[in-house]
Amino acid sequence: MSDFLTVFFLLTGSGLILIGAIGAVRMPDLILRMHATTKAGALGVGLMTVATAVYFLDIGVTVRALSILAFVVLTAPIAAHVIGRAAYFTGAPLWERTLKDELGQNLDRRGHYLRSGLEEQDRLPNRDRPAE
Amino acid sequence: MTLFIWNILLAFVWVALSGNFTGSGFLAGFIFGYLVLAFVSRMSGDMTGYTRKIPQVIGFTLFYLWELIRSNMRVAYEVLTPTHYMRPGVIGLPLMTQSDAAVTLLANLISMTPGTLSIDVSNDNRMLYIHAMHIDDEDALRADLKDLERRVIELLS
Repeated sequence: MSDFLTVFFLLTGSGLILIGAIGAVRMPDLILRMHATTKAGALGVGLMTVATAVYFLDIGVTVRALSILAFVVLTAPIAAHVIGRAAYFTGAPLWERTLKDELGQNLDRRGHYLRSGLEEQDRLPNRDRPAE
Repeated sequence: MTLFIWNILLAFVWVALSGNFTGSGFLAGFIFGYLVLAFVSRMSGDMTGYTRKIPQVIGFTLFYLWELIRSNMRVAYEVLTPTHYMRPGVIGLPLMTQSDAAVTLLANLISMTPGTLSIDVSNDNRMLYIHAMHIDDEDALRADLKDLERRVIELLS
């Protein structure tokens, strides 16, 4: 039973990572590639650590496996955020079939400032904004 | 927070009294201590929120993992089928809360939910920019995201 579960988790995990890799090649633009690698990578690595925990059935290994799972799941979105942000600041093109882009029009590339688009509504003085 | 420290102390008392110096002994002590605290805080009437928070945290973790699994199936489908059915776009989600912790948790959760990836937060923490794979039904998408935000605010309040 334990062997069966180990094999199941290992195969599913590596299959997901494979799908993530295929997605990184096939998707049309950078951010869509990030969709594939972030989610599939995080869950794939998580399933593999679960497989080690099931195989060893040892409290020390289990605790380490669970903490690896927790940290991978918590940090994968942050990596995706930083890469997506860098893509925007360096002007990586979006796929031509992208329907709308509400970020690009609010972005000040030179000052590294991202407006919320809500400033005009309440006319609050904005002290964070760099002088131009 | 103080109740959490009390809970840990009760777990140590349990470990000392039962003489079972292992991780599982500590876990058992923690669970019994939690039950005692839940009972006492219900009897005395001043709910500090701690005893209610633990089931909320567990529920939230399970919800997070479930969303992760769902989003993986969605991405796998999109990757493995030969035609791209995606209609992607970047939308701005106005935030109800400006606290850093809530925005961080919400951005993480959005990245892990099916079809959405949070890209950036505006400098005044009032707008979260999200890349979505399917924005055919933008109103439904926004309603889903608002629901997630409500969950996060409830968890952290």
